[in-house]
This record gives sequence, C-alpha cells and structure tokens, in this order.
Amino acid sequence: MKTIFELSKPGRGNKVLTPYKTTVGLDPTKEVPKADIPASFKRASAPRLPEVSENDLSRHYNALARRSFGVCDGFYPLGSCTMKYNPKVNESIAALSGFTDIHPLQPKHTVSGCETVYSLARKYLCGITGMDDMTFQPAAGAHGEFTGVLLIKAYHESRGDHARKKIIVPDSAHGTNPATAAMCGFEVCSITSTADGMVDLDALRAVVGPDTAGLMLTNPNTVGKFDKNILEITKIVHDAGGLCYYDGANLNAVMGVARPGDMGFDVCHLNLHKTFSTPHGGGGPGSGAVGCKEILKPFLPASTLGEEPSAQSIGQVKMFYGNFLVVLRAVAYLMTLGNSGVREAAQTAVLNANYMKKKMEEAGYIAAYPGICMHEFVLDLAELKKETGVSALDVAKSMLDHGIHPPTMYFPLIVHEALMFEPTETESRETLDEACAVMAEILKTAKEDPAACHAAPHHTVIGRPDETKAARHPVVRYEFGA
Amino acid sequence: MSSYLCSTPEERQAMVESLGLKSMDDLYADVPAEVMIHGPLDLPAPKSELEISRTMESLAKHNTRFRTILRGAGAERHYIPSAVTQICRNEIFVTAYTPYQAEVSQGILQSIFEYQTMICELTGMDVSNASVYDGGTAAAEATAMCRDRKRSKVLVSETVHPDALSVIKTYSFGSNTEVIVVPSKDGVTDKEALKSLLADDSACFYVQQPNFYGQLEDCDELGEIVHAAGAKYIIGSNPATLGVLKSQREYGADIAVGEAQPLGMPLAWGGPYLGYMACTTAMMRKLPGRIVGETTDDKGERAFVLTMQAREQHIRREKASSNICSNQALCALTASVYLAEMGPVGLAEVGDQCYAKAHYLASELCKIDGIELVHPGEFFHEFVTTLPEADRVLCFLEQKGILGGLPVKEGVLWCVTEYCTKADLDEAVAVIKEAYGK
Repeated sequence: MKTIFELSKPGRGNKVLTPYKTTVGLDPTKEVPKADIPASFKRASAPRLPEVSENDLSRHYNALARRSFGVCDGFYPLGSCTMKYNPKVNESIAALSGFTDIHPLQPKHTVSGCETVYSLARKYLCGITGMDDMTFQPAAGAHGEFTGVLLIKAYHESRGDHARKKIIVPDSAHGTNPATAAMCGFEVCSITSTADGMVDLDALRAVVGPDTAGLMLTNPNTVGKFDKNILEITKIVHDAGGLCYYDGANLNAVMGVARPGDMGFDVCHLNLHKTFSTPHGGGGPGSGAVGCKEILKPFLPASTLGEEPSAQSIGQVKMFYGNFLVVLRAVAYLMTLGNSGVREAAQTAVLNANYMKKKMEEAGYIAAYPGICMHEFVLDLAELKKETGVSALDVAKSMLDHGIHPPTMYFPLIVHEALMFEPTETESRETLDEACAVMAEILKTAKEDPAACHAAPHHTVIGRPDETKAARHPVVRYEFGA
Repeated sequence: MSSYLCSTPEERQAMVESLGLKSMDDLYADVPAEVMIHGPLDLPAPKSELEISRTMESLAKHNTRFRTILRGAGAERHYIPSAVTQICRNEIFVTAYTPYQAEVSQGILQSIFEYQTMICELTGMDVSNASVYDGGTAAAEATAMCRDRKRSKVLVSETVHPDALSVIKTYSFGSNTEVIVVPSKDGVTDKEALKSLLADDSACFYVQQPNFYGQLEDCDELGEIVHAAGAKYIIGSNPATLGVLKSQREYGADIAVGEAQPLGMPLAWGGPYLGYMACTTAMMRKLPGRIVGETTDDKGERAFVLTMQAREQHIRREKASSNICSNQALCALTASVYLAEMGPVGLAEVGDQCYAKAHYLASELCKIDGIELVHPGEFFHEFVTTLPEADRVLCFLEQKGILGGLPVKEGVLWCVTEYCTKADLDEAVAVIKEAYGK
C-alpha cells in the first residue's frame, strides 16, 4: 500500500483557513494587518508534508484502519493487556465540549466539573485499592511505576536512610519493573520464582536487608497465579525496612475481591487503560494512576505551575494534571459497574480464563502452571516444539488466519515457549468455545503438517516481516525521491 | 446491570460447574481470607447509560467554556479540522493495542511510520520515535539520552516552560543527576551565563523556541556555545510554528522535542497531549520508546514492524534506554492527520496568522496607558505585558467570556492563535479599556 507521501501532489490541499496574506479583497476592517516574521528566524524550505485532498486523506486512513485489528474486530486475548470491551458511552462523554474545551490553566473556580471528576476517581479507586490518596499525573503504567518508585526513594531519603539502594524484582516481572528501578537510580535485585510460579520466600529472605529500598510485585503474578504467601512476602520486606510496590497490571482479576492496600502494599499503580476499560488507541494514551498509603502522601507529585507543592513532593512527572480524558472515561465506567459490578467483572474475567484453560488442556495443550488460575494463564509449548518443531510463534501466527489476535508470546521469560491468554470478562462463552476449537485445530495441524504452521499466516495482508533486516538497516522514515 | 458482560448469570453458573466448582468464590481459593473484601465496595449503585450521560453532562456544565481564549503557556486552542476529529474516531484505531503482531497491524504501523516522517520533516532530524507522554517528558527523556559517565550534568534554560523544568528535575532526582538552571536576561537565555556554566562534565543544554515567554531565542549562537563546550544541544519547539520557523536541525540541535498538542488535540484540561522526540542518526540507538521501521515480508512486499527493540524494556530490562511502554499513539495519529489535512501551506498559514494576530493584539494592548511589553526581543505568538490591577482586569474579561493571559511573575503572558478573529481581539481590548473605565 502507498504511503501518504506517495499520494501527495504539489498544489493539492484543503482550505481549512482563509489564506489571509494572499487572498485579494479581504475586508481590512475584519483582518489584522499583515506582519512579516523576521527573516533570521524563518526556515529555509517548507517541510515536505503531504499535499492531499480530503477525500484521498479519508480513504487513506480508512485503508489503514482496515489493515489494523481492534477489539471491535474480534477476540483479543493478549495476556497482561486486558483487552476488554471499550464502552461507547465513555467515548461520547470524553467528547463533550464542556470537557474538551477547558484550558488546564483556567482559574480554579471555572473547572469544578473537572475537579469533581478527579475527586470521584480518587474516591472510587482508593476504595478499590485500599490506598489513602492517589495522583493522576502519570500517563501510562510504566510512568506510574516511575512515580511510585520515586515515592519510595523520597521516603527513604527523607528519613536519612541513604543506604537503601536495591529494589527487589521477581524474575517473572514485566520488563518495565527493572527498567523503572534503574531509572530511579536503584540497583535491581532479581529473585527466582518457585516451580509453581510464586515468590521464593527463602530467596526473598536471603536478599532483604538494610540495603533494601523495596519490592515490586505483580499479584496475581505474570503466570496468572495469586501469590498465596502475599502477607508473608510484604511482612518480610517491611521487617527489613523496605516498602512494597504493587504493579496493577493484573488488578482485573481481583478488583472488588481483594485490595493491594490490605495485602501490605504501600504504593500501587493502576492501568486505567486495562482494568478500567479505557481504549488502548494503538498504544496509548493510557493513564497510570498511582495510589499510596498515608506515609507516602507528602511525596506525591506536585501540581502544575502556580500551585504550591508540598515541600517534600518529588515534583511533577508530567505537565499539568495527567491524561484527563482517560481518567474521565474510567470514572464513567466505574459508575456503570457500581458497587456490585466491579467484583462481578473480576470474577467473570477469572471464570473465563479458567474455562478456556481447562478446554485448552482437554485439547492437548500443556498449561505452564496447573490448577486454578486468575484472569490469565500461560501455555507452555516446549513439548510441542520438541515433538513437531512448531513454536509458540508459529501457533500465534496460525491464529491470525482464524481472525483471533494472538496471546502475548514469549512472556513471562521463565516459560520458554510461552503463550499467555487473557480472555477478559467481556467475551461470551461462544467466543471462548470457538477460540478453543481453533486452538485444537491448530494443534492438529502442528502435528500433521508442521510446515503449514511455519508458513502461517496465510490470509493476512502481509506475510511474516523480516525483522532482522529492519533492525540492521533501519528505514524509519519515508525517503523522498530526488 | 450488565457490567458489559457477555454471559448470563445462568451461563456463568454452568461454566463454574463445568470446572468442578460450586461458586465463583471457589476461584479465589489462593487468596488469604484476611485480605478478602467482605461487604460492598464504597461505590454508588450501578447506573444506566442514560443516568451516566446526564451526570457527566451536568459535570461538564460546571466547567466554564470561554468564547475567546488568550491563554497558552503550553496548551493552545487551535482550530481542529473536522477531518481530524472524524478520522481519529475510527473504532479500529481507538481500540487496537500496540502493534505487536505486524501481520494484522500494518495500518497502525504505517500510520506511525508516516508520523515519524512528518516529525522528521518538521524538525529536520533523521529519526523520530512513535511519541512520548508530553512535551515535558520528551525534554526529560532527551536529557537522559545525553548523559554518560564523564558528562553527567544537565543544563536547562530558565526560559523553558516551568512544568517542563519541574519534570526534568523529577526525572533527574530519579537518576541522581544534577540540573543547572541557566539564568535569563531580558526574557531570553543569558548567553554569557551559559558560557560560564558549561564545563567538561556538561551533558547537554535544553532551550525552548519560542520560549515560555513567547520570545524567540538566538538559537544559532546558543548552539555554537553549547557545541564548543562539547555538550549536546536539545531544542523544544512548538510544532505549530514549524511551518514557518527554523527547524531544530537548522539551529544545529542534536535532539528535537516538543509538545504537539497544537496539532489537532483539544485543550482537554491538560491531556492527553503528545510529546514528540527526534534526533540525529548518531543518537538513534539511544532514542527511547517505540520506533517503526520499513522492511519486507516473506514475499518481498513492503511491510512495517516495530524495530530496534534492543533499546527497550521488554528486551533489555534494567539496561533499557527508558521504561516507556505505552505512549500516546492515538494522539500521534491525530497529529499526522492534522498535518496531512493542513499540508505545508496550511501549516504555514497557521504560523503566519498566529504571528500576525499576536502582534496585532500586542500593539493594541500597548496603546492602553500602563500596559507595555515586558521583554524587548522578538516574539512569536505569546508575549508578556504589564497589566495594572491584573486580577481585577482578568476577572472582568472572564465575566465577558474571555480567558485573558496567564498571570506570571513578570506580568501577564498572552497567547493568540489563528482561532481568534480580529473582532475577538478588538473585543478583548475594548473590555480591558472598559475595566479601566476608558
């Protein structure tokens, strides 16, 4: 397919504004006098932006949309990403001009609607997490992690406890956890997991000490298990003087059922774009709201210019107040679910995952961790690969031909041929049954005709791309001809 | 109420039983009894769509929408063409995830590739990423790209947006980096101070063009000073000015960043906005975040993929260039559609009109006794004036539906975009005169 630059022709374009300098006959009483930008500040040549008609523009982007895959296109069991349905009413609310047309630096008394949205979000989400306060400045999960771990850093420093240089992270953690700890100036201390995917308590006891700043943990963890030793884990860290960080990536399994605050966590982030149904937008914008207990409150991010931060605040992590329209959608979602719906959604997400897991096991797949799972589960395809040569990647690519978005591949790192499924609560039993039937069929093909799996996908707009070539010889922008 | 579930309670009970369990609660056997929530959550009862629409519409009405906005300071009301709003509402773009599966994500990947190209064209740089959270975090991430063991200190002009400076300081608190604020003189960076503050351990210098006060900095000479000291040069520019103003590359920048909200994003009380980042080929592998590259598929056809992932957290973990994962993809799409709809001519028109209208307002305001420009230099579409009894005058404007300039230490910071008509500006001036009883 052509790029938009290949559709461009000089002189084409759209009359969005009246060209005030060149239009003849404009009424001078209605137009400001012409003014010339000093030459020393003017660019030498115009940027080569596309020159296209609006019709071509519209068709181009519709063609791009058709070559993409949204939740609206089909089942999207992408583990760890919580691809639940994105309700339409939330989009309508986020488009209200009474929200979209509000300047972030308007006087306080003119933005009480926006402030109410944040205070409702704070009340609802502190209730769900068991935290005492919350900031909405972080724009994404990783940004929330950064904010939360900085709170831990500021807390220790405020106590003159400068020896606490290490953040403990299980080897099953998302890559953002160690990357965050490093960005916050900490040394990362990785600990192993037990055979059943839990934190190894002995390994944890062996590493905690006066240099422990904290522990970052996802619970349910990345293999889809709730760590039943959670109270013991947070106690070990607290007894050593460290604090506990809850990565909210998997909150969808336990919202309304159990609260991080009650598990012993001091600070957590939430992915409003996962758990609270705001759309992913092809990779953002999200919102990584951070909740904390009373002891960390003085360190919360400062607000925007003109407003006095607390003396101990870590400062701003983002300009203004965060991704407001994303938080707004999450509040609308929580109002819809209400006090009974939150728990019901979590339970159904867990039920759907277990239902699917059992069917997959019956079809002949091997779950990396047996028994009841939370909202997601991991298949281990190492045996299949050994037996047939068909890898987790091959199976994932085969799913594309059946209109299903593949699960997360090769994560967590502790399972080598991993496929991680997260069906979410917004799928019907029929959808789960159909997906399981597809998976059974792919397994059959893998055993009878592995070459077909290696060559998949067969029915997508492109075949497998050459990623090595892309990385070795980067072409990261369109190159105009001479 | 549905909670958007797709199964009935009876179906769910049947599914529970198919697992050999009695009730939903049995799914949570691993959760210690001490942490299980007993009783209802502290949330209101579920509401219907109609109830929620009414509640939210009522909240929206509690905000004041101004007819005329003469306030910028990092968030500007520009005209948003209908094509931008309509195209970016496409349900597929809205609900897709990060394009991990290239075969079914060619559209999203290509849109990012096109966005990267447009950002390279605006800034003159070689490589752009797929976006970061906003202009402030873009600046902070850019400073991190420049640091190494020898060159560890970050210099920032006092004239950048205060929020951006605050974000840079916060990121630097994380990385234990020293931030040195270079003072200003007459509303622009003090060059002599910059010279004396640069040293062998300086990693980079960050300046904004036009700066927070709307002033045009002498970015040519600043660049020479910075490079003479062996440091990297980062310029943050408002992309709405780049149809007419010099690109960061023309000033010799190593990294170009900025806040791209003016490219089709509504004010939305501060977000979501869009941070753009671009750099020279030499610094490409230090650039954080997603980058899309062109390659071929197994049949030799053009294909797009996420590339150079060896920089990123999911591969490198604690050695990654940043922890960033989700970015502002839909906002980047918005900016691309905006730039394609406007084209080079339209974007230049935006710049020309911002400049002319801001200069008109400044000259009209300065005809009023007691109002004068605070800074002597050239400005683009923002400027600071004195404003006697500023609080009272701004309040008076507010009552007439006009959001006046932002009170800052030096006076009041005004912003004019192409959105304002001459009549809007004349009205604002008349209201101010009225406030003074003239």
